Amino acid sequence: MRISRSNWIMILYILFLMLPIYWLVNMSLKSNQEILDGFSLWPQAITFDNYMTIFTDSSWYMGYVNSIIYVVINTIISLTVALPAAYAFSRYRFMGDKHLFFWLLSNRMAPPAVFALPFFQLYSSVGLFDTHIAVALAHTLFNVPLAVWILEGFMRGVPKEIDETAYIDGYGFFRFFGKIFVPLIASGIGVTAFFCFMFSWVELLLSRTLTAVDAKSIAATMTRTVSASGVDWGVLAAAGVLTIIPGALVIYFVRNHIAKGFALGRV
Amino acid sequence: MSLQLENVSLTVNGQPHIHPSHLNLAAGSMNVLLGPTLSGKTSLMRLMAGLDMPSTGKILWRGDDVTGVKVQKRDIAMVYQQFINYPSMTVFENIASPLRLRKKPESEIITAVKKTADLLKLGAFLQKKPLELSGGQQQRCALARALVKQSGLVLLDEPLANLDYKLREELRTEIPKMFADSGAVFVYATTEPEEALLLGGNTVTLWQGAITQFDTSTRVYHRPKNLVTANVFSSPPMNFLDAEKEGLLISLGENSYNPLDPGHIKLTAGVYRVGFRPNHLMLEPKNSESLRFSTILKSTEITGSETFLHLQHQQQHWVSLLHGIHHLTPGVSIDVFVDPAHLYFFDAMGQTAALATYTQSLKSV
Repeated sequence: MRISRSNWIMILYILFLMLPIYWLVNMSLKSNQEILDGFSLWPQAITFDNYMTIFTDSSWYMGYVNSIIYVVINTIISLTVALPAAYAFSRYRFMGDKHLFFWLLSNRMAPPAVFALPFFQLYSSVGLFDTHIAVALAHTLFNVPLAVWILEGFMRGVPKEIDETAYIDGYGFFRFFGKIFVPLIASGIGVTAFFCFMFSWVELLLSRTLTAVDAKSIAATMTRTVSASGVDWGVLAAAGVLTIIPGALVIYFVRNHIAKGFALGRV
Repeated sequence: MSLQLENVSLTVNGQPHIHPSHLNLAAGSMNVLLGPTLSGKTSLMRLMAGLDMPSTGKILWRGDDVTGVKVQKRDIAMVYQQFINYPSMTVFENIASPLRLRKKPESEIITAVKKTADLLKLGAFLQKKPLELSGGQQQRCALARALVKQSGLVLLDEPLANLDYKLREELRTEIPKMFADSGAVFVYATTEPEEALLLGGNTVTLWQGAITQFDTSTRVYHRPKNLVTANVFSSPPMNFLDAEKEGLLISLGENSYNPLDPGHIKLTAGVYRVGFRPNHLMLEPKNSESLRFSTILKSTEITGSETFLHLQHQQQHWVSLLHGIHHLTPGVSIDVFVDPAHLYFFDAMGQTAALATYTQSLKSV
């Protein structure tokens, strides 16, 4: 079979992209001894001990549980807040609406590190430190503006006449919103949820600063694996592989919506 | 009277969109809002619907003041120029939705939807989504939703403007029939004078946010109260030229004549603007009184059975609408003729000073 030149480029590019992921999987299936011994393209003696460690040690698997909890809370809060806000921005003209819209977006321009200290102090003093809601709330600072921005683009694409027709037909606002409007922008909600999820899932600094034990995230757990016997490379690699999986799953489920979202909205 | 607008106006950001207007629309009547784009048809309709609040004035529905009443509480149905349906619902659910909101029993909903869908030839598409249908079918779906509601006030905002010619003609004859038995007040916005005449009923002519005349369509067409109305209700627009009356003599362009029509004899001396419709501008004199104008032919447009001549008469641009096909070379000077009986005289304020005398012999007006 002949492979054309453009296909070769594609294959090389994909190999290039997949290499780090492959290496991570490769490492996760090796023992620490083998990782440190030297270069080997594939595991000489495949072992699942690293994964077993994660699934049996609560300090590891609770990291995933905690992360998932606050990511889900964050996504729900962000969408709940952003949907009405985006609707207002897309449908009504009010004083300073454009400025407010831009100001919302400008929240994203500061790096999360800037807010680590104030959040830490604030949450400590009100007793929110080391809770899931603390991380979820901190992340909404970044996710709500993004969610409003993306959703507004989708909502703007829905003609206002649909709202009016629904009111004329007798729909109240909430009924119209839930029954007619939300299905119309389902793709946008999917895309928004995906971005909220992704930000919150990979964000390290805030989640690490705001948690200690009870709500410790997987990202924080992974940065604290140095023990007396040195770095546990194999377990760390296995944790990395497991961290990629939820993201990959989410992308898989919303892939069609995202493609649509890129075409329609302002992602 | 079923729907009354009393001194209703709309001002947005200091700009008058609708000037204070009075209007009485009777139950069971078809009322056409006729005017060019941006003349305020949609604004007026939105005020009637309650989608916008008037800046001044009152809106009465069957005698009750409904000015501040929410849209949901009003007894109206509206169809837009764009094809507006609920994309996530099937055609059946689209049509059923106003009934569902009224908590009608399921069996009643099914019968009503089926009946309406059959009337609008949507019977075969009930399980499809609106976006899978053609444009004409989508608009039928919107019409069905308006029809099934059996509202007292039906607002149709250029419902056929986005459809192709064939469908438009077909639906134009169907729409009045469909809603005829309901006894509702119909308001139908359009930019096309022919549509107003074809739909019958009454016509409200609009110009720059003001109602210029309201009467039965044929009366408005034949007896415009002012120049603006005459121009709005003429497609292509009326042809105009200046005239002066001194004593009994009327001088009109290169013509001077002693009028025979009593209406024209009675005109006081002074300056007038004279208008006549393109179909009254002919290549042959109709009778011995016909006035002759020498013009230069700018261009011709030939549609299947009619010819439009674009003419230059001194500073004026005129259009002549002729039956049949006439092949003429642009650039030549030709003589055209108008029967004085077809002339409308408008005074300096734009008010009608004398109607075209041919209209007096028309029985319908």
